[in-house]
Amino acid sequence: MFEMPSGAEIQSIISILKGGAGYFVPEIYLSALFMVLIILDLVTGRKNGRFLAMVTIAGLVGSLFYIFKQQAMPDTEFFFGMYALDRFGIFFKYFFVASGILAVLTTMIDTPLKKQESGMGEYYALLVAMVIGMMMMASSTDLLMMFLAMELVSLSAYAMTGYLKREIRSSEAALKYLVYGAVSSGMLLYGFSLLYGMTAQTNLTRMAMVLTMHQYDPLVMIIAVVLIMAGLGYKMGAVPFHFWSPDVYEGAPTPVTAYLSVGSKAAGFAMLMRFFFVAVPHHGMDMNVSPLQIDWLSILMLVSAASMIYGNVVAIWQKNVKRLLAYSSIAHAGYLLLGIITMDQLGTQSVLVYLCAYLLMNYGAFYVTILIANHTGSETIEDYKGLGKRMPLVGAAFTVFLISLVGLPPAFGFIGKWMIFTALLGKGDLFMWLALIGILTSVISLYYYMLIPLNMYLRESERQDESEIDTGLGAKLVTAVLMILTLLFGIFPQSLINYAKYSSALFGALLN
Amino acid sequence: MLSLIVFLPIIAGLVILAVPASQKQIIRIVSLVAALAQGVLAVLIWRHYDPTMAGIVAAPGGSPVGSFQLIERIPWITLDLGTFGPLRIEYFLGVDGISITMVLLTALISIIGILSSWPIQKQVKGYFILYNLLATAMMGCFVALDFFLFYVFWELMLLPMYFLIGIWGGPNREYAAIKFFLYTLFGSVFMLLVMIGLYFSVIDPLTGQHTFNLVAMADQANYIKGAILGPDSVTWRYVAFIVLFVGFAIKVPMFPFHTWLPDAHVEAPTPISVILAGVLLKLGTYGMMRINFPLFPEVFQAGMYVIGVFGAINIIYGAFCALAQQDLKKMVAYSSISHMGYVLLGLAAGNSEGMLGALYQMFNHGTITAMLFLLVGVIYDRAHSRQIDKFGGLASYMPVYAGVVTVAWFASLGLPGLSGFISEALVFVGAFREPITRPIAIVSVLGIVFGAAYLLWSLQRMFLGKRKPDALYELEVDAHGHEHIHFHDWKGKLDLDARELTMLVPLGIIVIALGIYPMPVMGLLTTSINKLVQVLAPVAMSAVH
Repeated sequence: MFEMPSGAEIQSIISILKGGAGYFVPEIYLSALFMVLIILDLVTGRKNGRFLAMVTIAGLVGSLFYIFKQQAMPDTEFFFGMYALDRFGIFFKYFFVASGILAVLTTMIDTPLKKQESGMGEYYALLVAMVIGMMMMASSTDLLMMFLAMELVSLSAYAMTGYLKREIRSSEAALKYLVYGAVSSGMLLYGFSLLYGMTAQTNLTRMAMVLTMHQYDPLVMIIAVVLIMAGLGYKMGAVPFHFWSPDVYEGAPTPVTAYLSVGSKAAGFAMLMRFFFVAVPHHGMDMNVSPLQIDWLSILMLVSAASMIYGNVVAIWQKNVKRLLAYSSIAHAGYLLLGIITMDQLGTQSVLVYLCAYLLMNYGAFYVTILIANHTGSETIEDYKGLGKRMPLVGAAFTVFLISLVGLPPAFGFIGKWMIFTALLGKGDLFMWLALIGILTSVISLYYYMLIPLNMYLRESERQDESEIDTGLGAKLVTAVLMILTLLFGIFPQSLINYAKYSSALFGALLN
Repeated sequence: MLSLIVFLPIIAGLVILAVPASQKQIIRIVSLVAALAQGVLAVLIWRHYDPTMAGIVAAPGGSPVGSFQLIERIPWITLDLGTFGPLRIEYFLGVDGISITMVLLTALISIIGILSSWPIQKQVKGYFILYNLLATAMMGCFVALDFFLFYVFWELMLLPMYFLIGIWGGPNREYAAIKFFLYTLFGSVFMLLVMIGLYFSVIDPLTGQHTFNLVAMADQANYIKGAILGPDSVTWRYVAFIVLFVGFAIKVPMFPFHTWLPDAHVEAPTPISVILAGVLLKLGTYGMMRINFPLFPEVFQAGMYVIGVFGAINIIYGAFCALAQQDLKKMVAYSSISHMGYVLLGLAAGNSEGMLGALYQMFNHGTITAMLFLLVGVIYDRAHSRQIDKFGGLASYMPVYAGVVTVAWFASLGLPGLSGFISEALVFVGAFREPITRPIAIVSVLGIVFGAAYLLWSLQRMFLGKRKPDALYELEVDAHGHEHIHFHDWKGKLDLDARELTMLVPLGIIVIALGIYPMPVMGLLTTSINKLVQVLAPVAMSAVH
């Protein structure tokens, strides 16, 4: 079956790889950073957390330069069609580097992680590995590569979740995450193998060509799509693949929770968009199209509606802020899916804008949660009583982030929601109902999000301690910057809207 | 100029941000200066305003800014919608007769509110920052002529209001604050969907592009056939009208969406009650006049009777509830519901008299209710109670207070010679003229009787008759046989002090002056109201189709 390639063939493979490497610079650079971090950890002592954090941030900022240089390159597929360099991928590269930097910043203020005896060396290395993995998830154009990228993200994430080795909750979360992750990876892989069985292709574009030209068994196709959806849904934290998320979010170190809820979720969405838009072509809600193509759309619709309803309703009863944000992130997966099911460029564009808003507001919310937990030692909403007075900036910023999560103007989250609803309306009655669900659940979300300002501002602490809590200059700066950006982009979103349009143009031709 | 009047308070808020929290006096003065500057600007705008220009809608084929004045218009957000063409959102401000009336009212009430906030001691810095944010949002709503911009200002009001009730409110403030927030948000999120739907259905005649421009939206000729809210999409147009109407009706508040209002008022601190009743409620009816009705005139024509019936329910039900209240503030809150019913009734008539009365009533209700709430605040400051039956014979110890109360109370019940009379009379004339609303008008007249009943009854119980020296206050007889009254919780002057008079006297003068000579305000709005009636009339619509 498998023949050893001849010398000439090996030569040509190597030259192709060399050619492709030119398009792969940010990933190579970050892999180097990954190794540098491991070596630095070995040569510096145990108390090197701060130093390594600085190196990581500097390294991630440096990678922006290489990503920026890619903007001048044309769209291309390389490594035998395994991987792509395109505007969509570049957008997500920026996005994941930003989320990586924010993850480091949140880690630097987290007390439990700072006290970690075994040092932070592997942590930052894993964090960088995850950035690489997420970038690859967004840019892979081949089933095998997609799976590998996703596993790279997952494996790093398991280890990071369990990083607080002495903390039983952290270990429990890691184990749960691992078990769920293994199952959904298996499902994803099974779905991929079915697709491969039908098309004999692993490259997404070629697969799409085969699918449009040949007959295939719709049942197998549906099974494959559902399985793949399960694998991706797990990454996105959408209902009904969400079961891991509240426990993992609660148990994991908070910076890791934030990182998972933004980074790996966004990576899941990037992969979902590329997979569904490219591999399983769709021709809108035209009933003349073969049933299969509508089917995956209706699956996504159901998942979206279920996520919005379930996430927002269950969040009402949460007492722990991290759990509350976990359910809220399930709900946001639902809103993001709304943008995808519109199946047009505006929808895709609005998903990208929404993700940017989500990056700022969700990281912001977790950042201030950590700041508060550092001083109260608690993530229970009850313990937030009277904190608004004691931490004025944190309180104001938290309120802004929550308002943005609800989707109220003038915060950035409103722009995201408004764009998604704009993309939905005018698409037909079914989409109108989804928009209605989205709107109604937003009102519900106001209630539980407002529980936090309610406790911070409207209730007095029993402890009668009125002294202002100092969070440190750096933390104040980060909080203020995140808050100001959330408001600034809410009022002046034009540049981001334009950039998102530019980045989603790739699918514009495919979809419209 | 309009940008300045809108954003002055927020600039003051930013200045306050830099002031240390301990400098309470500076914070108050900065806010007051901003509000006064806003007032000066409002007066300048008023002087500058040309009442012969109608506004409301662009002339057919004319400029998309219509005959609005003081226009500011710059592109804000552009979104490419593929086949639909670009979506343009503008920062578009302007005034016509409807909005300038409300701008004047807002500026006036903002100043009163700041003066009334002077005694607040709790977290002064936060309070005034939120207050200023609220002031900007209110003013912005009244001058925004782009639906998106309007929506942003509209939603911006919610958060400061939530905190102002929730932090500085009474014992049950948590419940009242979240109830207010959820109710109004529920109303407004659906507005978002209608707004997007409208965008898909309206084309700016000059550029040929879709627009959020409210002036263009008010012209039925600009709607596209076949669009979701186009002229032939009857069902969706009804749905959209109802959705918008409910959104605005919650703010008015119209029965059965009124239940948040008494809670909010009872818990809110006095200045916030003043703002709430004086300005915020008007946003509901303003939204109907600016957006709801002109955008869907045929649905308005079909729904006039229903709107009128709800107006009548508001008038009578509100009056009955007021009659039953023991808490003076709750009584005033229900009287607000009753009086906003007149506005609805006037709007339902759909003719010049009714609409004119409705808008004039909005202005008058703003000034009169502000007085009522301030006066309730005065007695609550002194006695820490608002229970009507705990008081008696107050007039003999607080004669000035009793005098001002009498003016306000009589203005509220619509005594001729005071401003409330003219607007209510106009509303009834308008409603009576239309055969469709005539029976409603006849029934609603009962509301005036009940209104007189609860107002006079409370006046009589609290200010006349026997004194009730009990838990709240006691009488001392000095050596000369003179009686003195002492509220337990009050160390200051018993009767109105200078600050309270500064707030109440100008309002009183306005109420009396506009009752005798209404033209300063009425003259502003007549042209615009006539234009609005024309836009809403069935004739205008049939000309289009």
